[in-house]
Amino acid sequence: MRKSVILGALTVAGLSAGAAAAGTLDDVKARGKLNCGVTTGLVGFAAPDANGEWKGFDVAVCRAVAAAVLNDPTAVEFVPTTGKTRFTALASGEIDMLARNTTWTFSRDVDLKFTFVGVNYYDGQGFMVPKALGVSSAKDLDGATVCIQTGTTTELNLADFFRANNISYEPVPIETNAEGQQQYLAGACDTYTTDASGLAATRATFENPGDHVLLPEIISKEPLGPLVRHGDDEWGDVVRWTLNALITAEELGVTSTNINEMAANTNNPEVARLLGTEGTLGEMLGLDAEWSKRAIAAGGNYGEIFAKNIGEETPIGLARGLNAQWTNGGLIYSPPFR
Amino acid sequence: MSVKTKVGTTGKISMTTLTDPPRESFRLSMLINDTRYRSMTFQVMAFILLSLSVGYLYSNLAANLQAQGLRIDFSFLGAPAGYDINQRLIEYTSQSTNARAAIVGILNTLLVAFLACVMATVFGVFAGVLRLSKNWLVSKIMAFYVEIFRNIPVLIWILIIYGIMTVSMPGARPFLGENPDREMLFGMFAFTNRGVYSPAPIWGEGSMVVVAVFILSIIGTVAYRRYATNLLYKTGKLLPMGWPSLVIFFVPTIVIFFLMGQPIGLDLPDPLANRFNLKGGIQIGAPLIAIWFALSIYTGAFIAENVRAGIQAVSRGQTEAASALGLRSGRVMSLVVLPQALRVIIPPLISQYLNITKNSSLAILVGYADVTATLGGITLNQTGRAIECVVLMMLFYLTISLLISAVMNVYNKSVALKER
Amino acid sequence: MSDTHAHSVAFVRTQDVPMAPPPSNAAGPAKWVKDNLFATPLNGLLTLVALYFIYAILSSALPWILGGIWNAPSLAACRDILDGASAACFAVLSERWNQLLFGFQYPDDQYWRPGLAFILLFIAAAPVLFFDLPRKLLAFTAIYPFVAYYLLWGGTIFVPILALVGVAGGFMVYQRLVAGSFAAGFFGGIAAAFVIWIIGGWLIPDDASANAMLPAVPSRYMGGFMLNMMLGVTCVSLSVPIGIALALGRQSSMPLIKWICVIFIEFIRGVPLITLLFVANVMLAYFFPPGSGVDLFLRVVIMITMFSAAYIAEVIRGGLAALPKGQYEAADSLGLDYPQAMRLIILPQALKISIPGIVNVAVGLFKDTTLVSVISMFDLVGMIRGPILASTEWNGVYWELFGFAALLFFIVCYGISQYSQWLERRLATDHR
Repeated sequence: MRKSVILGALTVAGLSAGAAAAGTLDDVKARGKLNCGVTTGLVGFAAPDANGEWKGFDVAVCRAVAAAVLNDPTAVEFVPTTGKTRFTALASGEIDMLARNTTWTFSRDVDLKFTFVGVNYYDGQGFMVPKALGVSSAKDLDGATVCIQTGTTTELNLADFFRANNISYEPVPIETNAEGQQQYLAGACDTYTTDASGLAATRATFENPGDHVLLPEIISKEPLGPLVRHGDDEWGDVVRWTLNALITAEELGVTSTNINEMAANTNNPEVARLLGTEGTLGEMLGLDAEWSKRAIAAGGNYGEIFAKNIGEETPIGLARGLNAQWTNGGLIYSPPFR
Repeated sequence: MSVKTKVGTTGKISMTTLTDPPRESFRLSMLINDTRYRSMTFQVMAFILLSLSVGYLYSNLAANLQAQGLRIDFSFLGAPAGYDINQRLIEYTSQSTNARAAIVGILNTLLVAFLACVMATVFGVFAGVLRLSKNWLVSKIMAFYVEIFRNIPVLIWILIIYGIMTVSMPGARPFLGENPDREMLFGMFAFTNRGVYSPAPIWGEGSMVVVAVFILSIIGTVAYRRYATNLLYKTGKLLPMGWPSLVIFFVPTIVIFFLMGQPIGLDLPDPLANRFNLKGGIQIGAPLIAIWFALSIYTGAFIAENVRAGIQAVSRGQTEAASALGLRSGRVMSLVVLPQALRVIIPPLISQYLNITKNSSLAILVGYADVTATLGGITLNQTGRAIECVVLMMLFYLTISLLISAVMNVYNKSVALKER
Repeated sequence: MSDTHAHSVAFVRTQDVPMAPPPSNAAGPAKWVKDNLFATPLNGLLTLVALYFIYAILSSALPWILGGIWNAPSLAACRDILDGASAACFAVLSERWNQLLFGFQYPDDQYWRPGLAFILLFIAAAPVLFFDLPRKLLAFTAIYPFVAYYLLWGGTIFVPILALVGVAGGFMVYQRLVAGSFAAGFFGGIAAAFVIWIIGGWLIPDDASANAMLPAVPSRYMGGFMLNMMLGVTCVSLSVPIGIALALGRQSSMPLIKWICVIFIEFIRGVPLITLLFVANVMLAYFFPPGSGVDLFLRVVIMITMFSAAYIAEVIRGGLAALPKGQYEAADSLGLDYPQAMRLIILPQALKISIPGIVNVAVGLFKDTTLVSVISMFDLVGMIRGPILASTEWNGVYWELFGFAALLFFIVCYGISQYSQWLERRLATDHR
């Protein structure tokens, strides 16, 4: 089982990141740590806090998977990735899953050989402008200078939108959100565009958030979700159904506070299947029966995670909108547990 | 030992001495002990090692790509890029191919490298000469400039300079409208944190004649100065240089310009055309200015040191000898010190130019669309073709560097010849 | 002569007249000012311009710095305290001090470890940098890499000990065999080290790092200025031997080896470091065997070491070329073979000439370690651009942070370059 000695020594020292052989699930279990790719810092989605602890919406997905597989929500190694490095990190096996508000697109799925296991946030690209500019629609932005955060699909959407409306613009590509904000606030660009959630998060940190408005147009579909490598369906299933468990838990009213009570005395067969008191779903996944219980207990159900990290109570203040449960008119929908 | 062999039966024992002729019979140990074969042995070993390691790396690459169902494929270069570039020297739209986006980036890299080389030389010569100034305060300030820029990473300088430009310059909006808050300089130039707006020439009918006359007058000026110098060397007669040059340089062009009915006009930045930006004229984007200025002032500090070292390398005796000949101080500098100092200055200067070209890859920090930002940035992000993009990018930089090194070698050779 | 006549000639003084002080405008500060600041009208103008320039900078920067707030939990609170005044919020430095120095993931109760490693670095570097110190101190320099590794990464103490034993064993074998042939000693030493490592690798228990004295810290947790220091020191020290080998290879008479070295050096010197870091980040993973993830820190160390080795090789090549041909011929005439000639005669002299150049490369390389922030490593600049500026508390503080980063780098780099100048002066006197 021992690899070459040097590599072995390096592993002991923690110099060597994990391996990605045949089964990612086995690798993760053997390693005792989940390597999860996240952004280098976007408040609300994934960012280290003052104590160096990773917090956020995407981070919670990683923790839920770690809780389900390893029985420890803290057994996650967060690997910060940039727009440039995230796909290679996943493809080369440096990380087991990528939860870095990554848009599910055709070419990423088919050409780059990744499996998107679901959608944890339905986003869209929006624009933020200073209120004083008196712009009410993105179509009024003819000739404007636009700050774009690079590394996502934003550049392409922007080019498409302006071409479709036959208006011109000056793009200013920006590497990090903090720099985009500096440019925008100094008036070096008229409008700042990135995913609407990111804009809301950015606006929340301004000195006077009220001086800036988000334009009504959402110019693209950005289904963001965790992804894994093609060709390892067992592992893909684990991540997919962990995410679905969080969503189903909210639908069924299972929260991190009432989960033990629900598991002990529920009459609802769906809840019983979800929490593993009935059926052998966990076994089918290659996990134990309580996997989903741990995943939900780690950070709460989907709604709790949303409220805690990016919901209206937080400085970021995003409404559920498209991300409400399907029962409330949103798009968040999980296939049934049976 | 040698005595023994001479006495003993030669040829029977396989003992070699210095005096023995080399044996024809080949033994394996000769591969390592015999200098005739040893270098060959080492080279064969090195070759085997090299091919083994290359093969090993390649098989890993193939296995990794195989495992993920990927392959090296450059066809993405022909696909539409899909994104826009703000600074471009050739026609480019979001419908152009990735290859064209890469070319736009290459041209932008070359542009900023060229501009920064020129400006850094100016800064460097200025600071290097002033550092040797007899004025204590000025030389200390230049020493401070050199030390502070040489000892702080260029990355931090780029971020700081871009930040200062963004924050301290006004936006474009104060210049806009019927009654702008700020007036443009001479009604022509606007300095904003989006860039500098300046008038562009409009080439009307007959403007080619003016340009032709202008070029001719440049040639004329050079010819006149040559003639005057030759005359001076041959006969010792000193013709006036300054004012005739100016006359030849300017007068014909101005006369023709008005004779042709002012064919060249100016396209001024228009504050009314758009509610967001000044339109028309030439715009030099803030990212270009930031990276240009940052690279120039950073590298200028290194060049200043080279210039100072070069001037100091010319021995004092040269200056004194020139003074003893009765040359004025300006001529001492231009005829005696500088030609000798240049020989010391130019090789490190060219390697600084090389550094500028390579450091221009940091333009991604300020959003300038150089080749690292287009091919190695957005194209790489959008297509996910990491290996292909990085390899192409490295090939480009390598080509530029080798070209510059070749120029340097040619120069070094020419200097070396003169020396002997 | 004169004193023999002194007594006989009445009007000759017997003592010197005390020297009169020079006129007030030809001595003291006034003369200095006249000579150095206002020698000519143009010079005077320059002085005035320079004075105004200094005044303009200081008058805006000094109040900003001196009025700085050092204690506030967030930017908003800091602005409240300032109440509209324009001054710095250095509070971000005091609040995020540890993050700036150690990154945000290094365990807080272990900060003493990198601190100690940093202090020991000076003791280890001293005998290398200052030749006057007793040579015995070099023993500490030799074991410092292992001590520092253990302090920074922690985990089981067996790994650094095993590494040390391997190196020591290899060295002993080398000493044994080198008398016969350098090649035998060299390769024998390497082989011995590997044998020891392989045997030792079997002996270390698998769970050795579980309850180690110093808890293991993965390299992903390293960050801040510590990461810059680690990359700088590791890569420079690794690249010196590689650089020597490359420089010798480039001078070799064996065409194949010469061309391998030339191609390597020219290739590395021809591309920007940032593309090499992209290679480390997005490409190198593909060149390792499938399933052996080598982490980013190690990949970056490999690429930066290759980068600086190429530059150091060129510096050393300059040193080799500067040696008079007579030295090579003298070595040949003594009957020394190539390794002996290099080891005993050529390299000691060539390296001595090259030291200032190597130090310059080291300074440049240390500055260039900031580039790792572009590939999502949280060095000092990466910490500032990433976690700190992205946090809700400190979003919008730029000058204080970048000023601090600039100051740290200036102190270190200026220190090293002053050392280099001192060394150059010293080596220059040695030649006379």
